[in-house]
Amino acid sequence: MTDFSLILANLFSRKLRAILMLVAIFFAFLIFGVLAGVQNGFNNIGGAAGENRLVTINKINFTQPMPISYIERIRAVEGVARASYANWFGGYYQEGKNQIVTFAIDPEFYMDIYATDYKLSADQRAAFLADRSGLLVGQKLAERWGWKLGDRIPLSSNIYTNKNTGKQTWDFTIVGILEPAQENADTSVAFFHHAYFNESVTFGQDTAGWIVIETTDKALNTDVSKRVDAMFANSPAETATDTEKAFNQAFVGQLGNITLIVTLVVGAAFATILMIVGNTMVMAVRERTKEIGVMKTLGFPSGRIFKMVLGESLLLAMLGGLPALGVAAVLLTMMRKAVGFPGLALTLDFTALGIAIMLALGLLTGIVPAWNALRLNIVTALGRQ
Amino acid sequence: MTALISIQGGAKRFVKGRETITIFDHLDMTIEAGDFIAIMGPSGSGKTTLLNLLGGIDRATSGSITFAGQRLDQMSEGQLSNWRAANVGFIFQFYNLMPALNAARNVELPLLLTSLGSGERRSRVETALKIVGLAERAKHYPREMSGGQQQRVAIARAIVADPKMLLCDEPTGDLDRKTADEILSMLQLLNKEMGKTIIMVTHDPEAARYASRVLHLDKGRFVEQVAA
Repeated sequence: MTDFSLILANLFSRKLRAILMLVAIFFAFLIFGVLAGVQNGFNNIGGAAGENRLVTINKINFTQPMPISYIERIRAVEGVARASYANWFGGYYQEGKNQIVTFAIDPEFYMDIYATDYKLSADQRAAFLADRSGLLVGQKLAERWGWKLGDRIPLSSNIYTNKNTGKQTWDFTIVGILEPAQENADTSVAFFHHAYFNESVTFGQDTAGWIVIETTDKALNTDVSKRVDAMFANSPAETATDTEKAFNQAFVGQLGNITLIVTLVVGAAFATILMIVGNTMVMAVRERTKEIGVMKTLGFPSGRIFKMVLGESLLLAMLGGLPALGVAAVLLTMMRKAVGFPGLALTLDFTALGIAIMLALGLLTGIVPAWNALRLNIVTALGRQ
Repeated sequence: MTALISIQGGAKRFVKGRETITIFDHLDMTIEAGDFIAIMGPSGSGKTTLLNLLGGIDRATSGSITFAGQRLDQMSEGQLSNWRAANVGFIFQFYNLMPALNAARNVELPLLLTSLGSGERRSRVETALKIVGLAERAKHYPREMSGGQQQRVAIARAIVADPKMLLCDEPTGDLDRKTADEILSMLQLLNKEMGKTIIMVTHDPEAARYASRVLHLDKGRFVEQVAA
């Protein structure tokens, strides 16, 4: 027998109570783990690869287009390495519920700028450039629908109408499958020629939804943003330029303040758990007053008993919390595979934060009963029936 | 025989509200090594308080307590803990076993305060349980044992670290006559065969008959009677 086995025996001396406390702690940390993973997913939108990428949109908001002619003027700005443009297509496959993130892009530069995110073979790149109705699909998207190179597929738009057919559907040939070049790359997307889009839509010709700029150095991002926006100041379509990461997060921000939601939900869960576990620990140690008195009588020093009681609450927090983080990591992996949302993961930072919170929970709930045990008078304890 | 523990001018007073209650004053007593002392007296006479002072779990208001040349009244709390672990075995009226631990682990508890390895600890626990006749109940929990068996486990816990002195507070107070006699015979055996000095507080004259000396504590003074 060791002090640890003694702590373990005391912790489970009332099995039902111990299990209920463990379950409460488990669910609190499961919520923490999953929400932290979701927050990480949102934080990583844009990814590290986009550090020297800027996005220019219409100053009114991103739903308003800009003249496509802006692209040449932007390419001439000092500090701009490359620039490309795209439009949101609002795509879906067969039924409206099968939403597919689809962009009409400038084929020549767009995929070059995103070469850090997606791998595309030279053959497939050449095939895409050569075929105006060619479609590049991400690996995850292709796997989901069982698409392969050469497949002819129809994609529909919930915004635009094809003036050639009078319907909202365009036909495409899959000419390339995009593989992820980095962990956060989203391969549940599709890209097609902006020219194909531009010549067949009934409105919005010669406009771009946004322009992507690659700067020569991320240190120049601020200067380039200012130069671009100054260039179009007082024009009918003024621009707002920001980093790609900020743009994407602002886009997601429309869903609400994720950080605030995470903080409030986790905070409320922890406050509740803290009160339940703290109260139960105080009661549990109070019930063992006489036993603690006997241990002191046998010669156990007060400091050692203090450590044992504190160790009990720390062990409780760890036994409940660590498996919860493990389950959260598995759930996040399953969610990432199911919805194709990169960045849904329990990072080392959040794992460390979770463990730090477990330690804090253990210390906060254990300190009062441990202190009471430390100060316990033997004669008083033995006299208690 | 040589003195094992003694109290000189011992006093114990409690302050309750505005009143000071004196349990005893100017108390002198000496217990020789190998003695088996029974302390009797009416309720509230201070028997348990005296036992607590001798066991180093309470402090006298004044006076000195000496154990084998060491002054207990001058020790810090930490020193007293170490002294108790090395020199005293306690046996209580209600056994006071840890309900979460089985018999063997209850007996092993005092050995966690020693530097003995796990093998040596296991061997000592087996020996102690054999002495009290409970080797086959080593894996049983207190709730699975009778009162007499629990008290025998408590005796095994008290002797496992081989202390010089056993302090027993009404050790048979919760037992029937037959079981009480078995427990008292065991204490007598520990005294005679293993040389343990035993100080036992009891209300029971039958229990006191097992001691070699009976001290009556009344109004803060001892009245000694030699056991029959």
